[in-house]
Amino acid sequence: MAEIPIDITVTPGSGMAERTESRDRTAVQAIGAYFRRNPQVIIGLALIVVLLLIGLLGPLFVNTKHADPLSALPALSPSRTYPLGTDDQGRDLLAVMVAGLPDTLRIGFLAGAIGLGIGIILGFLSGYLGGPVDAVIRIMVDTLLTIPGLLILITVAASIKTFISVNIMALVIASLAWRQPTRIIRSQVLTMRERAYVQVARRSGMNTFEIIVRELLPNLFPFLAASFVGAVFGAILFSIGLEALGLGPQNQPTLGMTIYWALQFNALLRGMWWWWVPPIIVLVVLFFGLLLLTIGLDEIANPRLRRTA
Amino acid sequence: MNAGYVVRRLLQFLIVLWAAATINFILPRLAPGNPVRDRLVSQASQGGPLQEGIEAMVTSYNKQFGLDKPLYVQYGLYLEHVARLDFGYSISNYPNRVMHMIRQTLPWTMGLLFVSSAIAFVLGTILGALVTWSRASKFFKILIGPAMALSAVPQYLLGLVLLYVLAITFAVFPLSGGYAIGTIPHFNLSFTLDVLRHAFLPGLSIVLVGTGFWALGMRGMMITTKGEDYINFAEAKGLRDRRIFYSYAVRNAVLPQVTGFAINLGTIISGVVVVEVIFGYPGMGSLLFNAITGSDYFLIYGIVYVTVLVIGVATLLVDLLYPLLDPRITYRRA
Repeated sequence: MAEIPIDITVTPGSGMAERTESRDRTAVQAIGAYFRRNPQVIIGLALIVVLLLIGLLGPLFVNTKHADPLSALPALSPSRTYPLGTDDQGRDLLAVMVAGLPDTLRIGFLAGAIGLGIGIILGFLSGYLGGPVDAVIRIMVDTLLTIPGLLILITVAASIKTFISVNIMALVIASLAWRQPTRIIRSQVLTMRERAYVQVARRSGMNTFEIIVRELLPNLFPFLAASFVGAVFGAILFSIGLEALGLGPQNQPTLGMTIYWALQFNALLRGMWWWWVPPIIVLVVLFFGLLLLTIGLDEIANPRLRRTA
Repeated sequence: MNAGYVVRRLLQFLIVLWAAATINFILPRLAPGNPVRDRLVSQASQGGPLQEGIEAMVTSYNKQFGLDKPLYVQYGLYLEHVARLDFGYSISNYPNRVMHMIRQTLPWTMGLLFVSSAIAFVLGTILGALVTWSRASKFFKILIGPAMALSAVPQYLLGLVLLYVLAITFAVFPLSGGYAIGTIPHFNLSFTLDVLRHAFLPGLSIVLVGTGFWALGMRGMMITTKGEDYINFAEAKGLRDRRIFYSYAVRNAVLPQVTGFAINLGTIISGVVVVEVIFGYPGMGSLLFNAITGSDYFLIYGIVYVTVLVIGVATLLVDLLYPLLDPRITYRRA
């Protein structure tokens, strides 16, 4: 089982005097060393921040109202006025990108956060209480992990097709986003429950809730971060899959719906590359950024991976 | 193998089937509106029967479909039908039964799914193992970068790019479909080649993405395995590199990959569904897409249920065959 790098703030041979200061410095050094070993975390974060900035700052330069149909002449190739061209229904595709990117990210982060939240609760209940509670939760997770998730979400989304919005979509996806986090957190809680520092805390009179919040959660942080990134990744993947099938938000532009419309109007055959290439590039950058983050976080969770660094 | 484990595993399989059927039963009843009325109203607006007759028709259809009975009776009947794989009639292709339509598309999807994911699994596992071996060619170390990047891309997005480059810009491969238009499916050499030609691009997008995924997993497992004491011991004993690599490291690292294959089948088929839509491949994914577009709920639920069933059976088989691969596992009391 993976060791938890609680040694991250302790470096042998650090200064004895000015204890707090040297401690701070070694913590900074350790973090610095971690980033040097894992440049992919920085690259991954940078990619995602750039995408976030496009969504946050883009509206200052681009009128997102033009993301609605009939705001421009249809099917124009990229020009000075419309840098990414327009689609068959007269949407300015740059405006669609600027308006749609944050919505795609929001679905991912919202569903990922809900999934992680449920995962923390179920994982702790399961790992800490054990017994029949653990058995029920474990069987539920193991069973649900093997089902074809997208297809189950398709039945749900198809049943409520007419009133899907960005938030409802995030909720629908969150209904399956807790499976992996629950599994990861449960197994970590199981190994941590019997560690010495937890025993010490218990003997010194902390109650279960205090132990969970003050002892276990901080030590779980790398796993929580990794589960969150994984959940966001999965949620965005699900959302793009649903949208490509036309099951996304019907009145809000998202990247997946752009691809759906491009397919519906045969943009590929008609050589309208500006319709479908930009959303694919942005999505690939997004997925790649999330993958780099996952790999980097794995290194904290599984120190053996450091051997190849 | 222990009988208790087999029973428990079968029970889990049945729970999945029951849960999938129950979701399919509950969902349409939670959604607002009456599908029968919606359908009749939309037909009426296209010049069907007049408005006054609709309520009477709704009542009579409800009766015919058993929708006037108490819920638990409906539920019982529903489970009984599902157990016989009877999903009723397709709404958009009325005289056709749902199961008949699924049966026509099922072989296409399963062929594409299992062949391409098996190729991806083997290629990826080999690649992932070789990158961690110091004596392997540098070529593999270079390959892992692009493979990793590909593993993060949904198969259908890669499929779109492949379609554009290899079927539209350079017309090397056919644009869409499962076989040339005008031919009748039958078994002979030219038809088989035609099917392979049509399946190549959808298959390639699944293989490329999958290879990266399995390579990444295998690489991680190899690194973990190489940290084990028995590898150090084997090195200390002076065993040959090749022997340590194959019989000690790969042999053990490949086991979680097999479990991973079973767990990930559900995710892989999710991608295959959308890939089929992009390539107009005559499988269940395209059928599902048409069902969604035509609001053909019986067909949607039928397809989802059959997919859950097939994936469930495949996962069950892998789990039951797993002890053959790993002699340490006997499935006594966990």
